[in-house]
Amino acid sequence: MSAHAAQQSAGMALADKLKDALRIGLVALLLGIPMLGLTTVDQGGGLQVMTRWPLLAQFVGVVFFGRLILQWLVGHFHLRKLQRQRVAAKTAVVQERPWLKWLGAVALAFAVALPVAFSGNRYVIDIATTVLIYVMLGWGLNVVVGLAGLLDLGYVAFYAVGAYSYGLLSTLFGWGFWETLPVAGGMAALFGLLLGWPTLRLRGDYLAIVTLGFGEIIRIILVNWTDFSGGPNGINSIPRPSFFGLEFKPPGDTPTFASFFHLEYSADHRVVFLYYVILVLALLTHVFVSRLRRLPVGMAWEAVREDELACKALGINVTGVKLSAYAIGAMLGGFAGVFFAARQGFISPESFVFSESATILAIVVLGGRGSQLGVVFAALLLVVLPELGRDFSDYRMLLFGAAMVLIMVWRPGGLVARREPTIQIETAAVQGATP
Amino acid sequence: MIDTPLLEVNHLTMRFGGLTALDDLSLAVPAGKVTSIIGPNGAGKTTFFNCLTGFYKPTVGDVVMHHPQHGKLILNHLATHRVARHAGVVRTFQNIRLFPSMTVLENLMVAQYNTLQHASRFSLAGLLGLAGYRQAKEEALAKATTWLERLGLIDRANVAAGNLSYGTQRRIEIARALCVDPLLLCLDEPAAGLNPRESAELNELLLYLSREHGKGILLIEHDMNVVMRVSDQICVLNFGHKIAEGTPQEIQQDPNVIKAYLGEEEIEEASA
Amino acid sequence: MGQFIQQLINGLTLGAVYGLIALGYTMVYGIIGMINFAHGDIYMVSAIISVTALTLMSAFGISSVPLVLALVLIIAIAFTSVYGWAVERTAYRPLRNASRLAPLISAIGMSIFLQNMVQVTQGARVKPVPTLMPGGIELFTHAGFSVHLAYTQIMICVITVVLMVAFTGLITRTSFGRQQRACEQDRTMASLLGIDVDKTISYTFMLGAALAAVAGVMVTVYYGVVDFSIGFVAGIKAFTAAVLGGVGSLPGAMLGGVLIGLIESYWSAYLSPEYKDVATFAILILVLMFRPSGLLGRPEVEKV
Repeated sequence: MSAHAAQQSAGMALADKLKDALRIGLVALLLGIPMLGLTTVDQGGGLQVMTRWPLLAQFVGVVFFGRLILQWLVGHFHLRKLQRQRVAAKTAVVQERPWLKWLGAVALAFAVALPVAFSGNRYVIDIATTVLIYVMLGWGLNVVVGLAGLLDLGYVAFYAVGAYSYGLLSTLFGWGFWETLPVAGGMAALFGLLLGWPTLRLRGDYLAIVTLGFGEIIRIILVNWTDFSGGPNGINSIPRPSFFGLEFKPPGDTPTFASFFHLEYSADHRVVFLYYVILVLALLTHVFVSRLRRLPVGMAWEAVREDELACKALGINVTGVKLSAYAIGAMLGGFAGVFFAARQGFISPESFVFSESATILAIVVLGGRGSQLGVVFAALLLVVLPELGRDFSDYRMLLFGAAMVLIMVWRPGGLVARREPTIQIETAAVQGATP
Repeated sequence: MIDTPLLEVNHLTMRFGGLTALDDLSLAVPAGKVTSIIGPNGAGKTTFFNCLTGFYKPTVGDVVMHHPQHGKLILNHLATHRVARHAGVVRTFQNIRLFPSMTVLENLMVAQYNTLQHASRFSLAGLLGLAGYRQAKEEALAKATTWLERLGLIDRANVAAGNLSYGTQRRIEIARALCVDPLLLCLDEPAAGLNPRESAELNELLLYLSREHGKGILLIEHDMNVVMRVSDQICVLNFGHKIAEGTPQEIQQDPNVIKAYLGEEEIEEASA
Repeated sequence: MGQFIQQLINGLTLGAVYGLIALGYTMVYGIIGMINFAHGDIYMVSAIISVTALTLMSAFGISSVPLVLALVLIIAIAFTSVYGWAVERTAYRPLRNASRLAPLISAIGMSIFLQNMVQVTQGARVKPVPTLMPGGIELFTHAGFSVHLAYTQIMICVITVVLMVAFTGLITRTSFGRQQRACEQDRTMASLLGIDVDKTISYTFMLGAALAAVAGVMVTVYYGVVDFSIGFVAGIKAFTAAVLGGVGSLPGAMLGGVLIGLIESYWSAYLSPEYKDVATFAILILVLMFRPSGLLGRPEVEKV
């Protein structure tokens, strides 16, 4: 709805509201006829058309009344006004919001305490681990998209590079998790440089498509180059990370985690351990990225996002700055990939499809570009939402797509659309002093 | 000027397809003086700046910078960012180009990127918080603060640049350019949209920069109050040609300029 | 030789389909400066609709091939345009003044939504339709390889050419075309001159969807099998075609489509079918690196 239409809707007469709802209902009818009203089913020998008119009628009815209710809400609560204020707040003077810091601290405390609070509940810890992987990926991609403003739709490629680096190095050469971590990160960064060097001077949307293409190329190669990657079957029995050399397995000849600490063996140990590993990795990522942001290179990332030409005029090598953002983002993705491979114990190209990239990008953009805390909320939302919908799993991705659209329309600036200054000085006069 | 000028423009021509935006333009810009480029809209002034600062590559001709440390540099052979970084030629833009959601102070710190990045040793020293980097950062902060104070912006240091008024943004852009430590400062219509008081302050600033700091200043400006008061020499462009060059007095009396650009009343106004 | 000609025919047919989808990308990109990420799924929606329409036709006993084709085209175009309209209205219009990333994300969301909506409502299984126009012409036989030109292929090429001509006329001669081009050049100015920009953008999306609808029908008739997932790859390839030809250039989109179609069929025939998509993407990357304005696009001068 355009702003113009919204202004009108506030004072719309009932007749107009009905007319508007009817129009939307008509559109719903047209959209619904070929998808809900009609369908084709294979009844041996050939397709037969099946009708589902009651379903269509329900859908149109829901849309019609939903629209009416929405109209009423808009008129009643002046939602638009709120939105305008929000837009104003986004561009307003940077203001302190201490509760965000508190929220961050609470989130951290919760994350640390989670395995204790939910001990024995393997499902929750598993999901929390997945959330943290996405948080880490989101923080990595945030460098590229949120800070440097480069649109990357193929981020999953670097995730794949990390995962396959570990998968191959561990199964072929017996490398451990911790040795592989830096190497795989370096590999991913190298890939980032290789891709970024020729393409980073491209305009935003072109860059998006090229990165998407790159992501697909990596995936197709993984699927088809069977000798190298195991093809569609992927790589199996990837060793799990050990706790300073102590394996997580039932007691045997060599000392294991359980025997060393005189615990009773439980498969949950590894789950909890993996959770803490990714928590530490994610926190390290957070510290790393936050510090970088306050360094010259981080400020240059943001400056490049804001105005490339101005950067050039100030003597900043824009390509170099972009490359550094790209390589660092790729490296963090690579780290996350190593963890992913180690956690699953099995990887295949299936895990590195475009919708993965889209999810990570959605986390960054929904979180609020450049906001570290926003990424956490968005990751939580995008991982847990589909999990909640697991019971009606057919509709999982459907709801996911719809949620992406709705949340974006609702908060185009992201959940936390606030930028924290990287450097501040004491100024004698407070804001609002002489113009 | 007997000694070598700071910047020499030799037979500069810039064509866009069939359009000749600049035609065989030659000019010498000395250090410590204000040189103004004036001319009607579309005369090629901004194109001239773009050729100078590496945003366009001129079709013919050279722009030579006589750099006190790096010697003779041909600007049109340098990559855009090298013009500012290596040759010390820094510009502002006609339609202000700040980093709008970054604070004023951040804008000025970004301008010192090259120095700071060097000091941070590719971020390593910075990540570890080593003393060398910390000192460089303090110095950069001091430089930014100095210019903010000089331009009366210090109260606004922590405010997002995009939220400030037009006149303030113009000053921020100049302050930001000054943080690069330019030898030659190219200002594209810095007085546009300023009120009389702001434009008087600008006059004073330009004189201060050229006289006290020895900076060469190249100025594109329509506001004759500024041009006539601060310029040491003026170059008049019309349709990409240089039609006159000289001191403000000479330009005001030049029949070509009067015909092409100024108009009788405006001269009186300007000299009044 | 025979193989070469055969692949030429196949490539041209494929290219016509890509070209029609690419037109939608180019038009939408021209007017809002953004990739319509859901465009490939609009094409998929059309293919599904045409399966239903074709099945309905045979249920009603309509057997005249031209009549069936015309009806299916009309039905697919009508319904698919509504989808195009709805995509613009929900994913793009509310975000007209937001940062560039926001509509991209909402469009990706829309793409995911459409794909899964079709999967849920129409089933995940591949939908086969009986061949509408069986047979073809045997052109010649060379060294034991007979070159075959199917009637469907003729139909696709003819419809594409007719559409291209009609479409060029629409853009260059009609008042809608003028408004559309005006909005491409300068949206603010166009609105000051009394052009309803929102409406023009809506129509552009619908027009793009209509062209994708035709492509959807043709693919259904040509291959005889479609499913809910065909949109993504086709969309990417069509976008590559649009970029290759020069985004914003209508003949460029068509040319790009044909080139991509040819590259794909020759690559599959002579090199490796597994890597045919890699070839497309590699070409996309190379074009963007060395000729970002595409083959027929105008180079952009950076405004300072």
